[in-house]
Amino acid sequence: MMYADDGAQPMAPLLEIENLRVTFDGEDGEVTAVNGVTLSVGQGETVALVGESGCGKSMTALSVLRLVPAPLGAIRGGSVRFAGEELLMKTVEQMQEIRGRDIAMIFQEPMTSLNPVFTCGDQIMEAITRHRVVSKREAREQAVEMLRLVGIPMPERRLYEYPHQLSGGMRQRVMIGMALCCAPKLLIADEPTTALDVTIQAQILDLLRTLKRKIGMAILLITHDLGIVAEVAERVVIMYAGEVVEEAPVRSLFKKPAHPYTRGLLGSVPKLDRKEEELKTIPGNVPSLKSMPSGCRFHPRCPNARSLCAKAAPALLEIGEGQRVACWLYGLPSDREGVETL
Amino acid sequence: MNQESDVLLEVRDLKKHYVLSKRTVFGRREMLRAVDGISFSLRRGETLGLVGESGCGKTTTGKCIVRLIEPTSGQISLEGEDVVGASPDRIREIRKQMQIIFQDPYSSLNPRMTVGQIVGEPFAIHGICAGKERRQRVEALIDRVGLTRDSYTRFPHEFSGGQRQRVGIARALALNPKLVVCDEPVSALDVSIQAQVLNLMVQLQKESGLTYLFISHGLSAVKHISRRVGVMYLGKLVELGETEALFSSPLHPYTEALMSAIPRPDPDIVRERVLLEGDATDSNHPPSGCPFHARCRYRMAVCENEEPAWRDLGGGHFAACHLR
Repeated sequence: MMYADDGAQPMAPLLEIENLRVTFDGEDGEVTAVNGVTLSVGQGETVALVGESGCGKSMTALSVLRLVPAPLGAIRGGSVRFAGEELLMKTVEQMQEIRGRDIAMIFQEPMTSLNPVFTCGDQIMEAITRHRVVSKREAREQAVEMLRLVGIPMPERRLYEYPHQLSGGMRQRVMIGMALCCAPKLLIADEPTTALDVTIQAQILDLLRTLKRKIGMAILLITHDLGIVAEVAERVVIMYAGEVVEEAPVRSLFKKPAHPYTRGLLGSVPKLDRKEEELKTIPGNVPSLKSMPSGCRFHPRCPNARSLCAKAAPALLEIGEGQRVACWLYGLPSDREGVETL
Repeated sequence: MNQESDVLLEVRDLKKHYVLSKRTVFGRREMLRAVDGISFSLRRGETLGLVGESGCGKTTTGKCIVRLIEPTSGQISLEGEDVVGASPDRIREIRKQMQIIFQDPYSSLNPRMTVGQIVGEPFAIHGICAGKERRQRVEALIDRVGLTRDSYTRFPHEFSGGQRQRVGIARALALNPKLVVCDEPVSALDVSIQAQVLNLMVQLQKESGLTYLFISHGLSAVKHISRRVGVMYLGKLVELGETEALFSSPLHPYTEALMSAIPRPDPDIVRERVLLEGDATDSNHPPSGCPFHARCRYRMAVCENEEPAWRDLGGGHFAACHLR
């Protein structure tokens, strides 16, 4: 056991990411994909990491498993602690032990993340035998048990089927089964239902909720869909252009969103329960990594921007219980430390 | 109202079957029934949403209407004129009246053409105008969809997804069409950009009285933009009605399940979720009777053997279900 089990330190978060910086070598020099991200996931907690394409949410998640695509991408700074241990200092071999056993990940596209030339059973059994000393028969029995747990009918038969013989929803169930077979403490789910139809998505979200209760694992859910966030998350972290702009418990986020970007995002989702003439929009486009605006990165699109916003970047500030926001609306530099550079 | 009841597009018993190469043991060719006998009409100036899950045939339907795909059988008429049997010369003329916007703004624009060339291409193809006049009309279109004038000489890769979709819209509007088939026009875009494009589409419709067939699996976008909505399942329409009625009191069990599966951005909503079991059967092995019976929680003996008829259940609300 690498970490103390239940109860030893009940308040300590399971995962702590601090000031994480990830950069990529581009044609026109280095770009920063993740710029000083700080977030945490408690034991058994479901945290949603939300943002639009290119905001760095997937790179943040990949950094936890040290899977940032090298050689172009690299973690340049910060710290990622899992159960109190620094993951950025681990050796490659140590990371291989952690991946799959303590932290598991499922990806958006179940077809490309399963190996097409091995049966589903082979792939699940590989995950089991990689981390545990079990006989082949035991591994097979556990694999069947896993498939049954994720709601696959006739698991004994599915074991010998190849990924192409399964539908998209079934493949994602196999992926989840594989991820959960070593009972990880943390599951990172990167857009797990984006490629699926809405009725299948409902099944998978239901499954994740049930399994979370049964196994007691924490989930870091990466998504752009605020509907999914409202349904499964307990806490939400909103990212914009490589930075965290707001963090809040799920109810506070939907009831009193603080950051103008969060408000814009919520406003631009068409509502099902009432008729709107025109959708609220966020003007402009997401900035490119190559040309980030100065100061607050959201200021060119922000309805509340003033001259200060272009000059200095606001830090995260606690404004309510568990709610933190990086915006000058909630406190001017004179009220804060660390902005003498103005 | 009078003007709106005027029918622009009429689709009758449209079918598109693909022959699969594999023969069954009985020597019969297997058929993929992508679209299997659907009928609906579009009134002038309205937006009809077409929803359904992947593989239900909604995109095939859209492409058959503009004849990018040749239908197997059925009738399509635009303003009373036959589209299916039209000669190649005639279909060119008809296509001036109906255009299509595609889902993927990355692959639907030629990367080697400038935006000016892309938006001006319909004028070139139909020999409508050239030179200075074409440039002026293209610039006016670029203005209308909210792009800057300097876009004219730029290439698609210089634009974001939302801007590219605006280019696609400008191209579709070039010939002043009456009908625009929109095939998942916002599905590939980020939420904040989706809202911009949806607003643009509504605004353009108000300005020029466009009629939209809005195909999407994104139910909230469809609800926002459509006056009426049709729901497809395995190549068939299972329900069609006014948007409000369809969303508040769906008549078909599949529509009901589809509505309840949409995640709502409000943590306080507590609702009964109708969780469907299994997934859609392949449309090359359609079940007998009602296509939905295997997943339906209300199924009765009759559902397995007899296909339910497509009926008007009052107020233009159609459904095909034995329960009703």
